[in-house]
Amino acid sequence: MTSTDPSMNPGAPATGSRVAALEARSIVKSFGTVRALRGASFEAYPGEVTALVGDNGAGKSTLIKAMSGVYSPDAGEILVDGNAVRMSNPLDAAGLGIETVYQDLALAPDLDAAANVFLGRELRRLRFLTDQAEMRRQTAASFKMLGVGLVQDLRVPVASFSGGQRQSVAIARAAMWASHVIIMDEPTAALGVIQTGKVLELIDTVRARGLAVVFVSHNLPEVLQVADRIEVMRLGARVARFRRGEADVDRLIASISGAYANEVTA
Amino acid sequence: MTDSTKAALEAELEAEKSSDVTANVEPRPSLLRRLATTPVWITLAFLLVLIVVFSVLAPGKFGTASNLSLLAQNVAILTVVSVGTTFVIATAGIDLSIPSGIILGEVFAAQVLGHIPVAGGGTAIDIAGENTTAFYILAALAASLFAGFLLGAVNGFVVAYMRIPPMLATLGTLGGGLGVGLLLQKGVNVATYALNPVATGHLIPGISNLVLIAVVVVVVGYVGMHMSVFGRHTLAVGSNEEAARRVGLRVRRHLLKVYIIGGVASGFGGFLSLAYFSTTSVGGHTTDNLQAITAVALGGTSLFGGVAVVLGTLIGVWIPAVLQNGFIIVGVNPYWQLIAVGVVLIIAVWIDQLRRRGQNRR
Repeated sequence: MTSTDPSMNPGAPATGSRVAALEARSIVKSFGTVRALRGASFEAYPGEVTALVGDNGAGKSTLIKAMSGVYSPDAGEILVDGNAVRMSNPLDAAGLGIETVYQDLALAPDLDAAANVFLGRELRRLRFLTDQAEMRRQTAASFKMLGVGLVQDLRVPVASFSGGQRQSVAIARAAMWASHVIIMDEPTAALGVIQTGKVLELIDTVRARGLAVVFVSHNLPEVLQVADRIEVMRLGARVARFRRGEADVDRLIASISGAYANEVTA
Repeated sequence: MTDSTKAALEAELEAEKSSDVTANVEPRPSLLRRLATTPVWITLAFLLVLIVVFSVLAPGKFGTASNLSLLAQNVAILTVVSVGTTFVIATAGIDLSIPSGIILGEVFAAQVLGHIPVAGGGTAIDIAGENTTAFYILAALAASLFAGFLLGAVNGFVVAYMRIPPMLATLGTLGGGLGVGLLLQKGVNVATYALNPVATGHLIPGISNLVLIAVVVVVVGYVGMHMSVFGRHTLAVGSNEEAARRVGLRVRRHLLKVYIIGGVASGFGGFLSLAYFSTTSVGGHTTDNLQAITAVALGGTSLFGGVAVVLGTLIGVWIPAVLQNGFIIVGVNPYWQLIAVGVVLIIAVWIDQLRRRGQNRR
């Protein structure tokens, strides 16, 4: 079932003219004797949600971290808008317009939503004071635009928000600062059904604004619902790519488990 | 933000100018409700009740201007130190080495004064208060602050870079600092009157300099914690270190700075102590760390980090002092103060935790 012919590569972009907002090329990353990534590649295009799926240990998290500046790859290239970039920390990624939303540990629970949104990028008065009013105003406007329906007082610590609302704050923060790519590492893993629905809606909104969204999830129905493209990783490399409508749960499971591939692995 | 985001945002803001953007997102709870749910107001109310009760029980004794101003002087040094500790505790840290900071502040100042020769023989340490100069005072101040800086830097390095839990790190520097102080003084305290004007003078008529200094430190602490970017980052580090790291805050460097603030506040406390008591106090100040932590906790700053109330710390300094002073004046054995403070501390922290649990219910 494995094919080397590019025309038989259904998940590849329709035309060669499109430039990926974020691309990983043949990334290798080892931890001691463990080769987490063995020539892993990945592409995400603007205005699309690209899902990254794979079994535990397939290398998704390592690849995400290589693309968000947390790890430096041992070999291979990361490209932003077709240009090779070097990232040695998450700040470098932020500077390139790449923001990451984590499943957990994303917010400071004792700070309010505006303080979290602007954490590390505070608007200032007199150089060292915070401009609270302006940060709250911009946060309110941005939440409204993204359809984050936070009825709470913006002064309330986010600890009092529900899990879904907290994740919405985290995604809204990323959407406010990302100019190219938002990487979401299992953003719905800790959420209930209704809250997950809200977060998926928010992802739609973010995509509609032209950002490339990278969406990591174990929930295959959710992936099929939200993703424009799906890339499957197995044993540290990409094994399959699908466009919307080309895959179903059975085919995804087959790819994840190694029974199906439409890509040559290194 | 992308250009398109910015443009859209700007349009949004423009559209909102006529309507009211704050109305739908920020329905402020009523002032009364906010007062009732903030534990600081409970402790403030408790302090005011104490003051009223003692004023009624000891008319013409407790509530007098002279007694209250004496109280203000007595708590001034602890206030200065506790404001520094508030920053440390806001990061979910703790500083047990405060007595070391105070004593090293005293000793460094005394050592410097003892090495400044004075015309006509002797050194600046032997000079009388009325003959002192700004130079002697500033030299002593610099020495005290330097002592505090060194101690804070060691604390910060051990906590932030060696990843030693703050309680153990500062327990180590508590002992170590006391040892350095004893060695420098060869175990003997030294008296000096050279700094007296700092404590006893009145730059503003009617207000002792010591009290004025404490007020200034509280104001600086308030602005630093609640209005500045530095304070925001301090709270973020205390609330969720990993989140702070992920948005690019230099967490370790920030912790180092915070412990330096704590150390410098202690060293400054030592300078004030030397000025006020006219002697070093190697072997003294042994419970100042616990008093400062009590004040900070009473004031509503969370020992788990992320929440700090500088004005609460001020209240927390006053409650034990008023209890002590009031008990003595109305003739209750002042040993009861220790028990009362212990009970109040536990109740205050308990109320705070109940509130927090309610908040984090979901």
